[in-house]
Order: sequence, then C-alpha cells, then structure tokens
Amino acid sequence: MKICYYPGCTLKTKAKDLDVYARLSAEALGVTMEEIENWQCCGAVYPMARDEIATKLSAVRALDYARHHGGKLLTLCSACHNVIKRTNEDMRSDKDISSRANNYLALEEPYRGETQVLHYLELLRDVVGFGELKKKVVKPLNKKVGAYYGCLLLRPSGVMAFDDPENPTIIEDFIRAIGGTPVVYPFRNECCGAYVSLKNAELPKKRSAAILESAKEKGAEEVITACPLCLYNLQVNGGGILPVRYFTELLAEALGVKE
Amino acid sequence: MTREEQKENLLRMSGTDVRKCMKCGKCSGRCPAYHEMDIKPHQFVSLLAQGKIEKLLSGKAIWSCLSCMACVERCPRGVAPAAVVEAVRDTVVRMQGANGIRAEDIPPIVDELIPQQLLVSAYRKYNK
Repeated sequence: MKICYYPGCTLKTKAKDLDVYARLSAEALGVTMEEIENWQCCGAVYPMARDEIATKLSAVRALDYARHHGGKLLTLCSACHNVIKRTNEDMRSDKDISSRANNYLALEEPYRGETQVLHYLELLRDVVGFGELKKKVVKPLNKKVGAYYGCLLLRPSGVMAFDDPENPTIIEDFIRAIGGTPVVYPFRNECCGAYVSLKNAELPKKRSAAILESAKEKGAEEVITACPLCLYNLQVNGGGILPVRYFTELLAEALGVKE
Repeated sequence: MTREEQKENLLRMSGTDVRKCMKCGKCSGRCPAYHEMDIKPHQFVSLLAQGKIEKLLSGKAIWSCLSCMACVERCPRGVAPAAVVEAVRDTVVRMQGANGIRAEDIPPIVDELIPQQLLVSAYRKYNK
C-alpha cells in the first residue's frame, strides 16, 4: 500500500536516521511512504492561543493535500504528529479557527478535518499489525530497551488518542514484536525539558538525567524515542547515562534492512 | 486596554473556563517545571479568574513552562492551565521589545547536534 508521508524539517537534516530507517522498514513491510509535495515546516509546537491562525496553516495545507491523495497522512516526528493532529481537530470541531483558516486559504473545497492522521507507530500497530511485524523479523533484538514516550505523542490524550496517557503500552508492544524485552520505568511519559533548553539548559539537564536514571535503574540497556528534540535532550543534556536511539533504527536492524 | 479588557482578552485567547477550577492543585503537583516557576500552574488559573493581570504579565514562569500538557491531562475539571500560560506568554511577547530570546544569543549556544525542531519551537514560543 501507499500512504502520504509528512517528514518535517528535522528529519531532512539532523534526524535523518529517524526518516531513512522508517522508509526502508516500511518497504520491507509492504508500505510505500510517499512524501507529500511542497510540505512546509509544521512550526514544531502547536499554537494554543485561539487567535493563532497563520501558525496553523502549514499543517492545514499538508492535511488538505492528503485528503485528495488517499485520505491518510503519515507522520513520524512526535512534534509534527502533535501539531498536525491537534490542528486537524481544530479544523474538524472549532468553527471559529476552521472558518478563519479556510477564509484565508480559499481552497477549492473548505477543509474540515477529513484526513486521518496516523503516526508511524500507529501504522505498525493498526495497519501492519504487531503480529505480522513479528513474523518479518530476521534478527531479533535480544536487548532490554526502555521506551521513552515523552509528551507529544500522548498529550492531550483527548485529541491525540494515541494510547493510555498514564500507562501507555504501544512502544513496549513494538519492542516485544521485534524480539526485545521492554523495560517499564516511571519516567517514560515525563517531559525531557523540550525547547526550554535554548533558554535555560539547567531544566532539561535535570529532567533528562532523571529520565535516563529511572530507565537504567529498572534495567534498560538503551532507550528509544520518536522525537528528535527528546533525543537531543537525552543525549546532550542527559549526561550519557544510557545510549538513546530512534525506534526506527532498531526496527530496520530487526528486519535486516539496515544498510 | 483596561484591566477588564485585558482579562477578557486572556480568557478568549486561552479558550479555557477558569471558573471551573476547584483549587485541588493537581496541575501544579504534576508540573515538571514547578520548582522553576514564580507563578505555579494553579496560580495562573486563579490569578486570571481574579483579574490580577499585572501580576500575570510580570511573572517569569512563562519562560519555564514546557507545554508538556501534564497539567491539562490531570485536571479533573477540564481546565487547561497550560493554555492560560500560553495566553499570558503570547500577550507578553506580542509587546514591543519583549521577546524571550534574541537572535544574537543563539549562535554561541548552538552545537552541531541541535535539531531544527528545537530552534523552531523555541522561536515560536518565545518570539513574535
């Protein structure tokens, strides 16, 4: 099957591993990720103020493109997923935001949240299926891995509807499917310190070290994430307590497609 | 703008009903930036409800909020403290010369690994 794919700015530059291994793995699983035309940066943070319209338009353009090309939009970066999914909900349910965005964009047909936004992990769980994924594994992981969810995939859960926000299991199920042993630790859905590291690095240092210490204490040998900013904070501000990689790299290894 | 108009503006921008707050403190209890904040998440909600706008606009906590949505997730009354923080922060950075970061401060702290996502998100949050 083919699916529209929104890579986002960081996956083209500092987070190439997240993108490249996702594409190789998807092909091995029978899914072709078709990068959408003329995508623009999503803005990296969802603008919460209800009078912010211009900052949501790039997400709406991507969503509208996907509506006309299969109806689904695949995301991979946690931040893009958060911004695009929350904007999609605004376009579906918030008349004020939706009418102002549509008035500006003047699309042939107003966009009202028709596209289904799907994160790569949801594709693995709900479209491919973890059972099917397990059958395609040629090199089981055989490692104790801590899933790091962070904030963006889970919250606000009413809109994201990704997993249980307090006790998620999707990444643990993923680790099991590729032959690893998931390590559940208390800090896996705590914030890494996010963008505050540009303003005050002390906060992300404390947060990231606490996350990695928590994973190490429970026996994790490494930690995986879907977010370039989490990876950066955990690696640079986390004090090197544990190695941190993108989940797609482990997937590609397990499927035998890592080059 | 009068104080009443500023209050209305903040309520409209945040889109949340601060009158629903029952002061249980779960938002602040869950906040990962609590110790960095001069105004705590539950206080953002109550200060706005009371119309104490000067205090809100002069606080420093807007620079520490991570927008992690933990406060929103835990609120048993459906209030969104993070949306109040964002409304206050946007109100501040929309003023002349009130941006939270300056372009000239960035190059010295940028390392080779810094993801675009960090630069874009910090600029979106701290500058207009």
